[in-house]
Amino acid sequence: MTPLLKVQNITKTYGARIGCADVSFDLYPGEVMGIVGESGSGKSTLLNCMAGHLTPDSGEVLFDTRTEGLKDTVKMNEPERRMLSRTDWAFVHQNPRDGLRMGVSAGGNVGERLMAVGARHYGNIRESALDWLGRVEIAGDRIDDRPSAFSGGMQQRLQIARNLVTGPRLVFMDEPTGGLDVSVQARLLDLLRGLVRQMGLSAIIVTHDLAVVRLLADRLMVMKSGHVVETGLTDQVLDDPQHAYTQLLVSSVLQV
Amino acid sequence: MTESGQYNFAYLDEQTKRMIRRALLKALAVPGYQVPFASREMPMPYGWGTGGVQVSAACLTPDDTFKVIDQGADDTTNAVSIRKFFQHTAGVNVTEHTAEATVIQTRHRIPEQALGEDQILVYQVPIPEPLRYLEPRETETRKMHALQEYGLMHVKLYEDIARHGSIATSYAYPVKVEERYVMDPSPIPKFDNPKLEMAGIQLFGAGREQRIYAVPPYTRVVSLDFEDYPFEASKADHPCGLCGAEDTYLDEVIMDDEGGRMFVCSDTDYCASRRAAGHVGAMGVPVGEDAA
Repeated sequence: MTPLLKVQNITKTYGARIGCADVSFDLYPGEVMGIVGESGSGKSTLLNCMAGHLTPDSGEVLFDTRTEGLKDTVKMNEPERRMLSRTDWAFVHQNPRDGLRMGVSAGGNVGERLMAVGARHYGNIRESALDWLGRVEIAGDRIDDRPSAFSGGMQQRLQIARNLVTGPRLVFMDEPTGGLDVSVQARLLDLLRGLVRQMGLSAIIVTHDLAVVRLLADRLMVMKSGHVVETGLTDQVLDDPQHAYTQLLVSSVLQV
Repeated sequence: MTESGQYNFAYLDEQTKRMIRRALLKALAVPGYQVPFASREMPMPYGWGTGGVQVSAACLTPDDTFKVIDQGADDTTNAVSIRKFFQHTAGVNVTEHTAEATVIQTRHRIPEQALGEDQILVYQVPIPEPLRYLEPRETETRKMHALQEYGLMHVKLYEDIARHGSIATSYAYPVKVEERYVMDPSPIPKFDNPKLEMAGIQLFGAGREQRIYAVPPYTRVVSLDFEDYPFEASKADHPCGLCGAEDTYLDEVIMDDEGGRMFVCSDTDYCASRRAAGHVGAMGVPVGEDAA
């Protein structure tokens, strides 16, 4: 089986400071990978390198494209990479304001990716926008409201709908539940889990919240100071942490 | 040199005109592409047509006949002052008749009478970037033009339909030129959009934004739309009050404070020529009997 994403020796430095160093892993179709670590451990740098927002200093990010098979997205030309990020990839930002157009209605936000890949039938666009708003539990009568009129949780769900409408195969998520209160977080996680399983998505989730990865991720990668210190199945890593830092991380979780 | 001997022909110096002509040639070679140029200070405020004036200055020759219209009219402040400007600095012949002009500078209208192959239409453009209000970053919009990522333009039209039930954009309606670049046709009413495919040369100058773009003769210009909401060239549903024309773009004129109003052709030359030919509208009087 070919991996959907094959990351090899990704290194990114900011001057003398290390962003992330020598990270390699394979992600197979349908698999959800969690990346955890404290602030400044290089999680977001790694995610942005994979999603094409940052150019890594060295290393390869091979993606299994529909037409040409495994292809290095770092060396890929820009139009091709931007096309990928509109179709096969999705990126969910921590702050929905970064991922949404705040001046455009909810329906327009969901429809934008469809129109970007050539949809030119208003009725169909609106229908799939309605369908997706329903799937992320936003009432259909809010379709013409702007995201600024939505609550934080709704904005985040709208962002997810907007990203998934074109049926991507790989979703990058940067702290998707950050800044939401626990009950909203729980609903969002439930929703995400459902969508990921239904659509057979592969996802890479960056978070500092171990509860999130416990729920969503199949596999886990623990990062510290730009290096991967431990990898393995989620339950295995969380229940039987081997590395001292992972042990610290697991024992730091607050119990209610 | 003009009679007064104070200005170079058509105000601008020869080097500047060469620079603008180079930009114009490039713009004609790549229809719809916005070519940057070193816009000069002109003796009029930005927003009054500094871009159009510079393009006109670069195109004019001593043999040309020049016409200026502002919203279709020959007799408004903007049109009169620009016409006088070139009369003074270039000494060219001026006219109000569309058919006699070789260079026509326009603000917000295309003349009703179809232009021929020997005519140049120069537009004054306030905002050349059609994506400006959707994507404020110029670096990003340039990239979107380069990669033909025009989905965002349809988001604007989508918003129109979602909010108003139809495409409510009625001027500066975006078009795709020769199936490549999306272009803002300057704030002409969308009634004029079908006329963008014409025999004459169309040049667009944006002075403050320092951009020139062009549509060569017989170039395919398609107004963007949705399959189920096709483009419609709309106008006020009335005949002209003075000449009775039913196929022209109309201005609404408020007559009194009791709701009285009339619709008249915005193209004054076209309206006058129709009245001279004997057409009379519901509120007009036959030529010759006009008391005023």
